[in-house]
Amino acid sequence: MTSRPARPRPRASEAPPAPAGGVAIEVRELLKRFGADAPPALDSISTWIAPGTITGLVGPDGAGKTTLLRTLAGLLAPTSGTVRVLGQDPLTNAALREQIGYMPQKFGLYEDLSVQENLNLYADLRDVVGEARVESFKQMLAFTDLARFTERLAGKLSGGMKQKLGLACSLLGSPKVLLLDEPGVGVDPISRRELWRMVRELAHGGMTIVWSTAYLDEAELCDHVRLMNEGSLLAAGTPKDLMGAMQGRSLHLTKLTAPRRDVLQRALRAPEVMDGVIQGDQVRLVLREAAQRPDLGPIQAGPEATLVEVAPRLEDAFISLLGGGPGGDSPLAEVTRDVELHADQDPSAVIEARELTKRFGDFTATDAVSFRVAKGEVFGLLGPNGAGKSTTFKMECGLLKPTEGQALVMGIDLKKSPSAARQRLGYMAQKFSLYTQLTARENLEFFSGVYGLRGAEQRLKIDEMIEAFDLNPWLSQRTLDLPLGLKQRLALACAVMHEPEILFLDEPTSGVDPITRREFWTHINALAQKGVTIMVTTHFMDEAEYCDRIGLIYRGKLIALDTPDQLKHGTATPDCPDPTMEEAFIHLIQAFQARLDEVAS
Amino acid sequence: MLYRLLRLIRKELQVILGDKKTRIMLVMPVLLQTLVFSFAATLEVRNATLAIFNQDGGAASADLQQRLSRTPSFSKLLPVRSEQEARSVMDNQEALVLLRIPADFSRRLAERQTAPLQIVIDGRRSNSAQIAMGYVSQVIQAYTLERGVHPSSHLLSRNIYNPNLDSKWHVLPSLVALITTIGCLTVTALSVAREREEGTFDQLLVSPLTPAYIMAGKAVPGILVALVQGGIIVSMAIFGFGIPFSGSLPLLLAGLTCYGLALAGVGLFISSISSTQQQAFLGVFAFMAPAVNLSGYVAPIENMPRFFQVLAYMNPLTYCINIVKGVFLKGYGFGDALPDLWPLLLIAFGTLSLALYMFRRHIA
Repeated sequence: MTSRPARPRPRASEAPPAPAGGVAIEVRELLKRFGADAPPALDSISTWIAPGTITGLVGPDGAGKTTLLRTLAGLLAPTSGTVRVLGQDPLTNAALREQIGYMPQKFGLYEDLSVQENLNLYADLRDVVGEARVESFKQMLAFTDLARFTERLAGKLSGGMKQKLGLACSLLGSPKVLLLDEPGVGVDPISRRELWRMVRELAHGGMTIVWSTAYLDEAELCDHVRLMNEGSLLAAGTPKDLMGAMQGRSLHLTKLTAPRRDVLQRALRAPEVMDGVIQGDQVRLVLREAAQRPDLGPIQAGPEATLVEVAPRLEDAFISLLGGGPGGDSPLAEVTRDVELHADQDPSAVIEARELTKRFGDFTATDAVSFRVAKGEVFGLLGPNGAGKSTTFKMECGLLKPTEGQALVMGIDLKKSPSAARQRLGYMAQKFSLYTQLTARENLEFFSGVYGLRGAEQRLKIDEMIEAFDLNPWLSQRTLDLPLGLKQRLALACAVMHEPEILFLDEPTSGVDPITRREFWTHINALAQKGVTIMVTTHFMDEAEYCDRIGLIYRGKLIALDTPDQLKHGTATPDCPDPTMEEAFIHLIQAFQARLDEVAS
Repeated sequence: MLYRLLRLIRKELQVILGDKKTRIMLVMPVLLQTLVFSFAATLEVRNATLAIFNQDGGAASADLQQRLSRTPSFSKLLPVRSEQEARSVMDNQEALVLLRIPADFSRRLAERQTAPLQIVIDGRRSNSAQIAMGYVSQVIQAYTLERGVHPSSHLLSRNIYNPNLDSKWHVLPSLVALITTIGCLTVTALSVAREREEGTFDQLLVSPLTPAYIMAGKAVPGILVALVQGGIIVSMAIFGFGIPFSGSLPLLLAGLTCYGLALAGVGLFISSISSTQQQAFLGVFAFMAPAVNLSGYVAPIENMPRFFQVLAYMNPLTYCINIVKGVFLKGYGFGDALPDLWPLLLIAFGTLSLALYMFRRHIA
């Protein structure tokens, strides 16, 4: 994994034959460059989209999804190639705009206008007047269940409600084609289901919907998918076909007695194994094409361990198309020392929350949350948007002062002696918090410097990081211009250079491609093996599976705290005997809400 | 901790100097403003038009006209022949000042009598018209004296600190203070807001650096920017415009540093209450406009109502202008500047404490 060789850029050889019923959208040899020297944002894409379907544009940030959507909406001129939406060129045909609904990322709403004012504005822009206007408002408000909130400012809505309002605004004027740019971002699983239900209904009504997403599990719900990476189209087809091609290659390694992180690391060394992740108490493996099952001997998973075939996922297909996942060995582990706690430090409470409470005015964001995280444990905080997950996380790493209760790290109250405790923390946030104007090396120098590394020790540590994260070719580049995956690696390097005993990760892998995400978790697993205690917040359910324990926060309260498998088993019902993490999440929240409603009535 | 602070300052300077656009933005406006203020925004009157309604026609009136035409203030003399014409040139702003020479002017002068003249000035341009009137009366006074007409009393004026009343002598030293204000404020106020937007601010807060160190790390680069910008203008003033520099250079640097501290406090306070760069920018302007107007640069502080005088004395720019002007024109040493230095330090202490309080509160 140290040096990721330049992969040949795979791409779909050609578009599958167009359906008999004709196409709603067709692009041929579409090329788009921003600047003459820039690599193409869209590299000769040819594909089509069938009418009345939901088609997913799937890929990590930088894959070209937004560029393609904006080209379809007539907002960008292609460098070359042709684009036809409903048989016409969206760039030159102004009348076509009325047939296209476009919902950009970040809602495209005016946050300082109320829900009703936003609807009015979009209705005016789309020339929806008179009887039709009254009728469509009524319909939209009922459809989105926003009728109670018409006077509320859009900026004050939750993430899910904002997306629903954005969807409603783009639906005004009854477009025939609806382009949605990552509507699932920042939306918790419950709101996401709502959104899908709405879009599904629209598709049944004959509307053509293009839904872009970075979540491969979300893409499985689409009728068709177009897998994209770095401006190229990797594959096109139905999720069923793409996953079907992987049949027999996805396996669970169950009944482990050895630590699952070690098992995963050894399993990934087997030449037959293309990819692997931790799945609760099990390890999920994907085999290379036409490969035999690996010999379990060297994997040392335990005497009872067996391989069981499971249903493939779209992500398996995506990784297979990209040539397989990274290995399981972390070069970071080789340069990280084992964590040794002070003799008087309780290893079962390296991170501790005691009745942690935060109030903003009348609103209680975090309500008496208590938990303890042991040395070397990976602890996940999950919860819907606005439930208090971030507030809890911020108090625990010292970014917010608790109103009541204590946030302790290594027995030190962050309120009292923050500076000494902070020296032993590492922190990495969603946006990779790097100085984008500085070069990669300057960032390394700065972050090691503020943690007090200097002289020969600093140079050694920086060299180790460059080696472990393979940063050498990028050192003198401005961080702003680095690809997303590299920014992510650099951010992790900056966060762990001072060898922290605790690592705080706030949605650390949003938007990065699945391979970079696996690399990242390989490092995290290695650090945990070395005894680093890790606290992570995430929206990705497959990331939650990597955690030893998960705390689920809802309405400011810790409503569940257990291992991923126990959480899943605990929510099994006759209807749903083997729930996924997402189903467990939704079940727990709905059950808690039902109890609240009961008490209220 | 000192090493970490130095690291922080170095990072800040790398961010500022690493980007070509930022470098240009910090130097170009300084050069432009210095040129604009010195050449275009002068308070002197040059190349104005003087209308002359000469009803006399005698030798003395011709002589006087001749003299007036030689002053650099009036490049154009506009002869007027009738009352109506006199009214219309003033109405249409064709002339700034109208001098009316009555029919008996030459005769009275010849008889060594007092010879009244009329000056009409355009009140719409009150400032420059009054200055122009001053020039005209000087010329007339000199002329009549020569002709042996002695008024009952006569003022002899001498201009100290700026013998030729060259407005550049007043403008450029003030400019040192004015322009560094913009540089220092934007560097401190916007850099925190930018870190907040990019998420790096949280990264700093979870590091062992305390808020006081983070603030110091932001304040020092701001002060350095102020010193460099100030240095550019001072050099231009001395070497480009030949303004005499009579005082102590260390005092000037010390004064600018104290002023930089006070400004850094203001900038950091603005940044502590703004969450985006846009808000911080508006905050900088909300401070800048009143600060310039209440500094004594535009209007004397003594002319202001009591309430605004109090504000003017709380304004760091007031003291900074005093110090810079004093060093340039009055030969200030440290002893002379003390009455301006201690208020600056007091203001710096106040603004920095307030900013630190706001920073700490923000985390809570």
